[in-house]
Amino acid sequence: MDHLDALEAQSVYILREAFNKFDRMGMLWSLGKDSNVMVWLARKAFLGHVPFPLMFCDTGKKFPEMYAFQKKYAAEWGVNLIVKDCPPIEEIDPTLPPATRSAARKTEALKRLIAERDIQAVIAGIRRDEEATRAKERVFSPRGENAEWDFRDQPPEFWDQFKTDFAPGTHIRIHPILHWTELDIWRYIQRENIPIVDLYFSNNGKRYRSLGDQDITHPIESEASTIEEIISELEATTIAERSGRAMDHEAEDAFERLRTAGYM
Amino acid sequence: MTVSSESPALKLVVVGHVDHGKSTLIGRLLHDTGSLPDGKAEAVIKMSERRGMPVEWAFVLDALQAERDQGITIDTTQIFFNTDKRNYVIIDAPGHKEFLKNMVSGAALSDAALLVIDAKDGMQEQSRRHGYILHLLGVRQVAVVINKMDLVGYREARYQELTGDIRKYLSGLGLEAAAIVPISAREGQGMVARPDRMPWYEGPHLVEVLDGFSPPVLPTDRPLRLPVQDVYKFDERRIIAGRIESGRIHTGDRILISPSNKTVTVKSIENWNVKDPALGASAGQSVGITLSEQLFIERGQVISHESNPPIETNVFRARIFWLGRKPLEVGKRYKLKLATNEQTVEVQSIETVIDVENLTSSAGDRLERNGIGEVTLRARAMLALDEFSENPKTGRFVLVDEYDTVGGGIIFMEGYPDQRTRGDVRSTNITAVEHRVTPDLRAHANGHEGGILWLTGLSGAGKSTLAIEAEQQLFAKGYQVYVLDGDNIRFGLSSDLGFAPEDRAENIRRVGEVAKLFASAGVLVLTAFISPYRADRDRARSIAPDLFHEVYVAADVATCEGRDPKGLYKKARAGEIKEFTGVSAPYEEPVTPELTVDTSDKTVNESVAELLAYVEENFSLTRNGGGR
Repeated sequence: MDHLDALEAQSVYILREAFNKFDRMGMLWSLGKDSNVMVWLARKAFLGHVPFPLMFCDTGKKFPEMYAFQKKYAAEWGVNLIVKDCPPIEEIDPTLPPATRSAARKTEALKRLIAERDIQAVIAGIRRDEEATRAKERVFSPRGENAEWDFRDQPPEFWDQFKTDFAPGTHIRIHPILHWTELDIWRYIQRENIPIVDLYFSNNGKRYRSLGDQDITHPIESEASTIEEIISELEATTIAERSGRAMDHEAEDAFERLRTAGYM
Repeated sequence: MTVSSESPALKLVVVGHVDHGKSTLIGRLLHDTGSLPDGKAEAVIKMSERRGMPVEWAFVLDALQAERDQGITIDTTQIFFNTDKRNYVIIDAPGHKEFLKNMVSGAALSDAALLVIDAKDGMQEQSRRHGYILHLLGVRQVAVVINKMDLVGYREARYQELTGDIRKYLSGLGLEAAAIVPISAREGQGMVARPDRMPWYEGPHLVEVLDGFSPPVLPTDRPLRLPVQDVYKFDERRIIAGRIESGRIHTGDRILISPSNKTVTVKSIENWNVKDPALGASAGQSVGITLSEQLFIERGQVISHESNPPIETNVFRARIFWLGRKPLEVGKRYKLKLATNEQTVEVQSIETVIDVENLTSSAGDRLERNGIGEVTLRARAMLALDEFSENPKTGRFVLVDEYDTVGGGIIFMEGYPDQRTRGDVRSTNITAVEHRVTPDLRAHANGHEGGILWLTGLSGAGKSTLAIEAEQQLFAKGYQVYVLDGDNIRFGLSSDLGFAPEDRAENIRRVGEVAKLFASAGVLVLTAFISPYRADRDRARSIAPDLFHEVYVAADVATCEGRDPKGLYKKARAGEIKEFTGVSAPYEEPVTPELTVDTSDKTVNESVAELLAYVEENFSLTRNGGGR
């Protein structure tokens, strides 16, 4: 078993554990590289099937390439796709900094989706190495009545025994690729030949390292136009992955506030 | 940012008492090895200035607002970093006592541990507790740093003094420190180079120690253990899903399912998006297999080969660390999660409560939050498990109370036998013979029913005395009666067995079978065996449920030891007899015996009279027209 095999086996174990425990579960498919890897891992776990819906909270502000990608692969992979439109910005807490407020629309859409479908568990493709508050996450992470995250009192989690019992009114976020790094993701995409949106590849000297909404995501200077070149670039970089995500940087604790309020 | 190798990162947990400088050490280590993203160091310096304090490297990790304001680590954080040799994931675990559950969550993921001790403070309660938990979690590679050497003037004497304390404590846990490095994280001494302020120190610096740790090895050469995680029927295939915790599996293998004890053959190993179908798989892989025939298989069962199967038992001992807000108490029930199995267990007893300060143990009937102790747990159903020393993955478990994980433990079986069912009928071509002489005819000829009086109790409780005396008196009354005891069984039928728990269990099984034959022949059988395990007696009962009467010959250990007719207790106390019931092996009292004869405050005659009254009541045809 090599490193990627080990990562894959662990993710498969987590997904199977989740599927065994929760009947009403959905996976967030944001169309970015991480969530594509996650869908792929689900097909590994369930031998070609994705036995739960893929959920997409539509801000209406994704890149056109992303919408095209979604249409193509939802059909090709034969998945059950649920699209939920995000509420307009006016319905979001006006005290948040602008980019953070824009990002919070997704949290709100997700909360409504959970309520409508009485969803017990949401699978999300966050990783520990992305950002410091995510580093502190659990694989099975409980959320309160309003999807909020209580980082001060997280359940113990060891020996792959996850929290699978919880009080009514709470739900669980499941993070099957929490233990992967950005490089792991790219190496796996390369090995498995997983489709990704073209925006990750260099175009006129710029490429996206992380994909979000058009108005709050910025490309980086890069000539990397193949997966191999992207991997070489990442092996040498000292710049943080989410540096192009505006809402992470508006205030010292902006992203933490987003996450405690239920952001992925 | 990363070494350009595809090998997995070594997971390192940093533990120790609160304020001994764990987060500072990590922040500094990241900085000194050039592992920080651009701008992070500047941000930390700025943040420190804003708060009017010297550069606080801990801010690198303590990214949460609350932590920055309180200056403590609330939860475990994971940070990726690298040396020239390899990649690391550093797991920073909080030192605060109330965050022990977070420390456990972090440490359980690690391949190696770094214990941080403050040069001025020395070993503190949490240093010891963390050391103990590392040992319970099975983390065997441990290095120690003595931090803040700047606060003790970089004195060698202080280093030597602490080193002695630390080595002594760790050796008490069976741990040995790979190295004990004197450092100052704040001043950058001894981290990535020799500490120039401590020329007297000739050992390795911190990074050299880290690079000396070994990566984890998958247990592919251990016996196969594949706990069933789920069974899928998405298409025409019926797939058994699970992760191989140890060993290897191949198509065509004959496998054993425990605890149902069925065997079946592996037909195929299923995958998705691979070039060639797999013919084998090994430890660490999450697999899907199909079987040669459709057996009833469910989550929680364990797949192994027929040789080296897991232990089957409904009772086991464990060393536990407790995280629950409410204490663990004798008699309480919890949900056990062991690999993929979930069962209700009851705390039968707490043998010892361990004091982490000095590693002494004392008796207790509860285990408080953050406590450690040894307990015996009993499940209602059979469990397939291993001793932790044999197989960590199937020899450890967590306990759940209501919605929360409240503790973890590792299994050892001292004094308890493997109860894997023996005596499944192995011979084939057997046809049951219909007897023409019925039990009724026999009973009428004898004037009483046949049956089994199963005497159980400690050595010295009076079982043999009672049985022999009752036999004589019943015979005089015209009963067909016979005593089975150690003498007539151990020297013949069971001459091949010793006194190990498994042998004892097998001996009792044979006695049960023989007693059934005697009773079916119309005889009243009295058996006089300690038979300490409830499960064994229940099995003996199941051999002949209508004929079986459990008689508890009760007397406490002190009384029996006072009698000590054969001098056995004396020998056991002197350690000459291993596994002696009541001294070094458990005795499980009957829960609902048909009769209890308390011999501690009665003469032999009084006790015999009680037994005889019971026999007359239940077996004599003249007294009650037969039967029960």
